[in-house]
Amino acid sequence: MDVSIYKARKRANSIGLILSMVAMILGMVVLLWILFILLTKGFAALNVDFFTQSTPAPGSEGGGLANAITGSLLIVTTCTLISTPIGILAGIFLSEYGDRSKVASVTRFVTDIMLSAPSIVIGLFVYAIIVAQVKHFSGWAGTVALCLLAVPVIVKTTENMLRLVPNTLREATYALGTPKWKVSLSVVLRAAKSGVMTGILLAVARVSGETAPLLFTALNNQFYSTNMNKPMSNLPVVIYQFAFSPYENWINLAWGGALLITLTVLGLNIVARVFFREKS
Amino acid sequence: MTTDISNLKNAIEVRNLDFFYGKFKGLKGINLNIAENKVTAFIGPSGCGKSTLLRTFNRMYDLYPGQRAEGEINLYGENILDKGRDLNLLRSKVGMIFQKPTPFPMSIYDNIAFGVKLYESLNKSDMDERVEWALNKAALWGEVKDKLNQSGLSLSGGQQQRLCIARGVAVKPSVLLLDEPTSALDPISTGKVEELVHELKNDYTVAIVTHNMQQAARVSDFTAFMYLGELIEFNETKQIFLKPDRKETEDYITGRFG
Repeated sequence: MDVSIYKARKRANSIGLILSMVAMILGMVVLLWILFILLTKGFAALNVDFFTQSTPAPGSEGGGLANAITGSLLIVTTCTLISTPIGILAGIFLSEYGDRSKVASVTRFVTDIMLSAPSIVIGLFVYAIIVAQVKHFSGWAGTVALCLLAVPVIVKTTENMLRLVPNTLREATYALGTPKWKVSLSVVLRAAKSGVMTGILLAVARVSGETAPLLFTALNNQFYSTNMNKPMSNLPVVIYQFAFSPYENWINLAWGGALLITLTVLGLNIVARVFFREKS
Repeated sequence: MTTDISNLKNAIEVRNLDFFYGKFKGLKGINLNIAENKVTAFIGPSGCGKSTLLRTFNRMYDLYPGQRAEGEINLYGENILDKGRDLNLLRSKVGMIFQKPTPFPMSIYDNIAFGVKLYESLNKSDMDERVEWALNKAALWGEVKDKLNQSGLSLSGGQQQRLCIARGVAVKPSVLLLDEPTSALDPISTGKVEELVHELKNDYTVAIVTHNMQQAARVSDFTAFMYLGELIEFNETKQIFLKPDRKETEDYITGRFG
């Protein structure tokens, strides 16, 4: 036995380990730094007014983000309700029905492109087809823009998760004389449930922080409004506008909004992970 | 080669069956009869076509493009290879149990009720009765009667396989196909499943594929030995194991190859 070969391998192992630890620490430090600044500056802005008052007019004191929080909730919830069925059904089609057909490969290709499309392009697109036509910004336009971002994520994860379901389970279901649609919905989709849920949560997490697509579509609204046909306030755009303003209270609100979004996304990601772990 | 067991009623008659995986011919001119309310075992080395043959009886191969069968398979006189056959109806009459347990991701109760609901509308108490009946048939009732609402996935491997058998039995098919049903199970569960196969033949026609020759000898009335896509010998199990006609069969069951 040649001990030197073993020793060389051990040395290579520790060098590899050290390099990867350094890379990990670099990544973590930046992340924690961002979180630390957000927490210190953001928490200072949180108070009762933050959740109950609407965004203040230029020069006025105090104010909160009630209108932006409501607007974001409305837009993201509507977007989730619309994107989820579309995404899941398209995913089922790709995995269970289309498989290697032409339609499926085109859909898959387009989905992949949409996944990596810059969100500002999506925003401009919706601006061109909706906002420019009806001649005003609206919550609905914002919702459509976010749907265009969320649907590809849901389609992709649904398809991948359904593909992980072993074929033996499909065969066993067919073996009872089950029609195809029922095999897909009652057994295959159910077997992949936690993975599909994770995909939806990740899609929601992604769109809830998007600014660019809302900038050209929902825009902003200084007042509390739940009318989806009117311009609608929302957290990302408010943060974007307030962060660059000269007013101190606006800047503080922007920090608070940023913290709120980060915590929401963090929470959604954690929930998604827990969901997924339960299964596998 | 056709072996006729003339005094028995046949559930399935296979005539000149060829099977293709794309261009590869997986089964060559199979002729055999599967007798009603008997257990017919298929043995042979891996890749000999025994599972392929079993999967033609409920046309499971139809799920995969490129696989096709030619010839005739008559199920009580009707050729199931006919183009217009409704495959869902066929499969409700010819059930199948697979090598690996495949419980559905739902409760034990729903696992059984799922198949029944497809073709019958039973009220709650009739359904309860059917679930209990099926689980009893699969010798599982005693172990699960207090946890019917738990997930089928929470059971052990052997219990899961018996759950799958109960699920297959619950829809009351006329033929049950078992594709190596015990190869993923421990000896105790295997024993239970084998006892079950014995019971099942009172009500069902059973065709079983197995790698385990002792199992074939224990559970079956008739045995078919297959090799390289051909049916080499088909006879009463006793004959096959005690006095096979063909040299290949003897070599295989005495362990000289395969």
